[in-house]
Amino acid sequence: MDLFEHQAKELFAEYGIPVPRGIVAQTAAEARAAAEQLTGRVVVKAQVKTGGRGKAGGVKVADDAADAHAKATQILGMDIKGHTVHKVLVEEASQIAEEYYFSFLLDRANRTFLAICSASGGMDIEEVAHTAPEKVAKVPVSPLTGVDRATAREIAQAGGLPEKALDGAADLIEKLWAVFLDEDASLVEVNPMILAADGQVKALDGKVTLDDNASFRQPEHVQYVDKAAEDPLEARAKEKHLNYVKLDGTVGIIGNGAGLVMSTLDVVAYAGEAFPGRPRPANFLDIGGGASAEVMANGLEIILSDPSVKSVFVNVFGGITACDAVANGIVAAFNLLESRGEAVTHPLVVRLDGNNAELGRQILADAALPRVELVDTMDEAAKRAAELATVGA
Amino acid sequence: MAIWLTENSKIIVQGMTGSEGTKHTRRMLAAGARVVGGVNARKAGIVHEGLPVFGTVKEAVEQTGADVSVVFVPPAATKAAVKEAIDAEIPLCVVITEGVPVHDTTEFWAYAVAKGGKTRIIGPNCPGIASPGASNAGIIPADITTPGRVGLVSKSGTLTYQLMYELRDIGFSTCVGIGGDPVIGTTHIDALQAFQDDPNTDAIVMIGEIGGDAEERAAAYIEEHVTKPVVAYVAGFTAPEGKTMGHAGAIVSGSSGTAQAKKEALEKVGVRVGRTPSETARLMREVMRSS
Repeated sequence: MDLFEHQAKELFAEYGIPVPRGIVAQTAAEARAAAEQLTGRVVVKAQVKTGGRGKAGGVKVADDAADAHAKATQILGMDIKGHTVHKVLVEEASQIAEEYYFSFLLDRANRTFLAICSASGGMDIEEVAHTAPEKVAKVPVSPLTGVDRATAREIAQAGGLPEKALDGAADLIEKLWAVFLDEDASLVEVNPMILAADGQVKALDGKVTLDDNASFRQPEHVQYVDKAAEDPLEARAKEKHLNYVKLDGTVGIIGNGAGLVMSTLDVVAYAGEAFPGRPRPANFLDIGGGASAEVMANGLEIILSDPSVKSVFVNVFGGITACDAVANGIVAAFNLLESRGEAVTHPLVVRLDGNNAELGRQILADAALPRVELVDTMDEAAKRAAELATVGA
Repeated sequence: MAIWLTENSKIIVQGMTGSEGTKHTRRMLAAGARVVGGVNARKAGIVHEGLPVFGTVKEAVEQTGADVSVVFVPPAATKAAVKEAIDAEIPLCVVITEGVPVHDTTEFWAYAVAKGGKTRIIGPNCPGIASPGASNAGIIPADITTPGRVGLVSKSGTLTYQLMYELRDIGFSTCVGIGGDPVIGTTHIDALQAFQDDPNTDAIVMIGEIGGDAEERAAAYIEEHVTKPVVAYVAGFTAPEGKTMGHAGAIVSGSSGTAQAKKEALEKVGVRVGRTPSETARLMREVMRSS
């Protein structure tokens, strides 16, 4: 889960990391009030969970409160790489002497943590790393030893930070490590980390990604869930503990196992290329190993309430859960949905393979469910589901 | 012969007395695996599923001569369980548990390395390892395939099963599910190396998915070190950027981690990549027929 900049900075502040004073505003009037409170020049910054907002015009300096109102009016509602700006952070303008880059992140390839530090901050660090790799220090950090003040200073030195900034940077880096470790973050990035005119080292921006797997020991993190940005169907699916991602196609997908479901989306997209309108998958939905009637019913219910869905493809490989249990689950799900007054009217293509596949197919054939078709292979089933979703079918 | 898990492997189950542990201990036994005991500090001394339960991994290893541990404990207890297995210097530790915080995995991996790398870790968030006809450590359904001479390594459980089933007439030496988390113990490269060195494996199926660059690195490894034919499949071509697709590690970030990039990297080094799981099975069938 990614945090907004203002959330990252609030978290930084809790750990004693110097950040500029700032106030979140959701309207231009709030931005004006914020600027009045902060006094002097302010920066109005779009709060979106994507990079490149500066280049997109999402960060503007305002000379006074009236100007802050004007700038916020321009920024609020903007679209930045598909993200609509719903709020801005109004911040006191900093007197910047120098700009650096710093981050702690998870290094998947080397299975360790990594500190990245550079005296060339404030711009696209990937570009710097590409054109002048010697200016970017990448220091592996062992989870067994961590980062103390001395290590933090070494990292800052490796990044080429000047002597005058070392103490301040070391302090900030040591505290960022505490954020990274204590909050179960997989990324903590400060770009730019600045040396202010008064000699203080500050976090002028903040990007934090938290590990969803750690939520059982990070109960506070629930506050960062962005309910407003959540797709309503995704939110409903989450309430039912379903692993669902909304996509933009017309073929609803239910499968068991993340890899198989990802693969099902691809196979449906390929199959769709042969049909008019090129139908594509409408969602990712992994019902996991269990595939009980209730889970199947909940899954079908979510998918069928997506108005863009025209057909549904149920793709199950019976491994631990045998196909007869899955077939019984589908039959029970139809009954359950009917009793809820949501009888299934969409065409449903079912492919069952693996353990007890024939028994499963027999159960479905005997149940003679309306609009349910059995297809033997995944590729053929995908083709049929795409065909059924084709406009005019 | 097979890699890492043979008919002689003696298996203990950490978390055997829990519901998942109990269910899969039964299944492993039914598959012919030599499960010799379980570990649960609070239930030491009892007999469960006809097997002795020990208080520690060390004690279980001393008493039974176990050389494989399968971990079914909940996410919050996984780090401690794996470290205990490492301390006992058990040669193979298979971590089935899903939902382990990545800081914990990174820590127990560093711990394993610091202790001299005596314990191979598979997982977490994986289905385990099966050598059909010989042994089974984890949750891979044993009865969907047959013994043979193809090696399989995969990030995904159900895709592993799908390929095992499609190629059940050809059969497998060993199937390894390495797991879909961002940080895992055993990688594609580790398995490729072991299959290359295994005299009983003739060809390799590799299944990857979006996220990270493990497949790209595997491609580079294949070019340098693997002479046996490799057929691959990559899932997630239609995955949108920034969305986690079920597995914690399955996420496309910016332009990196895409299925297309992985497919291209593999094809560049001569690996044939199937468009669908069935086509991948067909490609492997062709390889085995021509060899």
